[in-house]
Amino acid sequence: MYEFDWSSIPGALPFLAHGMVVSLQITAVAILVGIVWGTLLAMMRLSSVNALSWFAAGYVNLFRAVPLVMVLLWFFLIVPHLLETLFGFPRGSDMRMGSAIAGFALFEAAYYSEIIRAGIQSVPKGQMAAASALGMGYAQSMRLVVLPQAFRNMVPLLLTQGIILFQDTSLVYVSALADFFGAASKVGDRDGRLVEMLLFAGAVYFVICFTISQLVRYYQTKLKTA
Amino acid sequence: MITMNKVSKHYGAFQVLTDCTTHVAKGEVVVVCGPSGSGKSTLIKCVNGLEPFQSGEVTVNGISVGDPRTDLPKLRAHVGMVFQNFELFPHMTIVDNLTVAQVKVLGRDPAEAQDKGMALLDRVGLKVQALKYPGQLSGGQQQRVAIARALAMDPICMLFDEPTSALDPEMINEVLDVMSELAQEGMTMMCVTHEMGFAKRVASRVIFMDQGRIVEDDSKDAFFANPRSDRAQQFLAKILQH
Repeated sequence: MYEFDWSSIPGALPFLAHGMVVSLQITAVAILVGIVWGTLLAMMRLSSVNALSWFAAGYVNLFRAVPLVMVLLWFFLIVPHLLETLFGFPRGSDMRMGSAIAGFALFEAAYYSEIIRAGIQSVPKGQMAAASALGMGYAQSMRLVVLPQAFRNMVPLLLTQGIILFQDTSLVYVSALADFFGAASKVGDRDGRLVEMLLFAGAVYFVICFTISQLVRYYQTKLKTA
Repeated sequence: MITMNKVSKHYGAFQVLTDCTTHVAKGEVVVVCGPSGSGKSTLIKCVNGLEPFQSGEVTVNGISVGDPRTDLPKLRAHVGMVFQNFELFPHMTIVDNLTVAQVKVLGRDPAEAQDKGMALLDRVGLKVQALKYPGQLSGGQQQRVAIARALAMDPICMLFDEPTSALDPEMINEVLDVMSELAQEGMTMMCVTHEMGFAKRVASRVIFMDQGRIVEDDSKDAFFANPRSDRAQQFLAKILQH
């Protein structure tokens, strides 16, 4: 019978907390960049300029057809070399955090752009016509009229995607970055208490994600009644 | 003010407008009517370039709408348009609906835009609703707001695309009253509408369209007393029965 021993957790809390900060940083930056880049991609995809629309479609299909962990490895292994050779970055500089964030942001943008595209298309065409009729240009109509309504409808989906992204940050373990999951498994390895640490980490992920998804549901019901 | 010369438009093989020629002089109120699918809405959307057309010429105040060098947003800023489904911006308050384009398009001072917006809301009898959202207003109220929103841009002419078609019957008159007042003040107007009572009271001319062509373009009196085409006679007979 396996004897659980939770005693290594209290001492490891500061290290784990630091790992959580790393996870949250990656999540926050990747969501932000992902939404901005995803919005641009969605607008390109819906654009009447064929070259833009094809580029966006190609980008989205490429990133949605490869595993995230592979994208992260590419960014971990290849991009730093490129930066070193192309831009003369000092050899062996630590770009793990940067490349992880870049990998996530570019990957998630593909998913966000599809959510945002659906959101833009959910806004009635007449809204764009009304904005144009008032003399607004395309960019103004998008910024002032279409996108605010699109985002309002999309908030639940964007948050849900954010939760998935937060869980996926655990994949940065492939680059030996000490995010929350990486920190927990390191402590577990060190103390020979991997099972306990992974159960604890799982519980923390669950509490955070469950809480946020409940908030999303609350917001959704509020949106429906509004 | 508005001239259209042999305007034609097609979607692929489907011809929507064929050689439409007409004009609207300053201060004139022209009602465009005809059976559904006759191209009425498309025709007035060509006036501010919301619908592109393949041949012919449209000018507003001497500016060619179809010319690729024309700054369409600038032109549209001074051509008011009212839509069948109101198209107020649902995420903005009523007063913000009236000020956003004044500030962002015309570059007016926000306080000035606000004053202008409130004055226009007062004029359409909706000042007390200024801080509500469009969804909280009735259809008739929303359409009056939409008219006020267009007027806030100091338009040189107004286009109405079936402004009462989406309204419950008891709300139609409140909108037509606002439009009649506008007409009496000398606003140049082009209205697509089935409200023949409005046309009889207010219009200077009536255009009748069928299958993408302007079949009749005559003074109001001549049109109602003695429509020349069979198609217009049938249309009037049907629509005037009730």
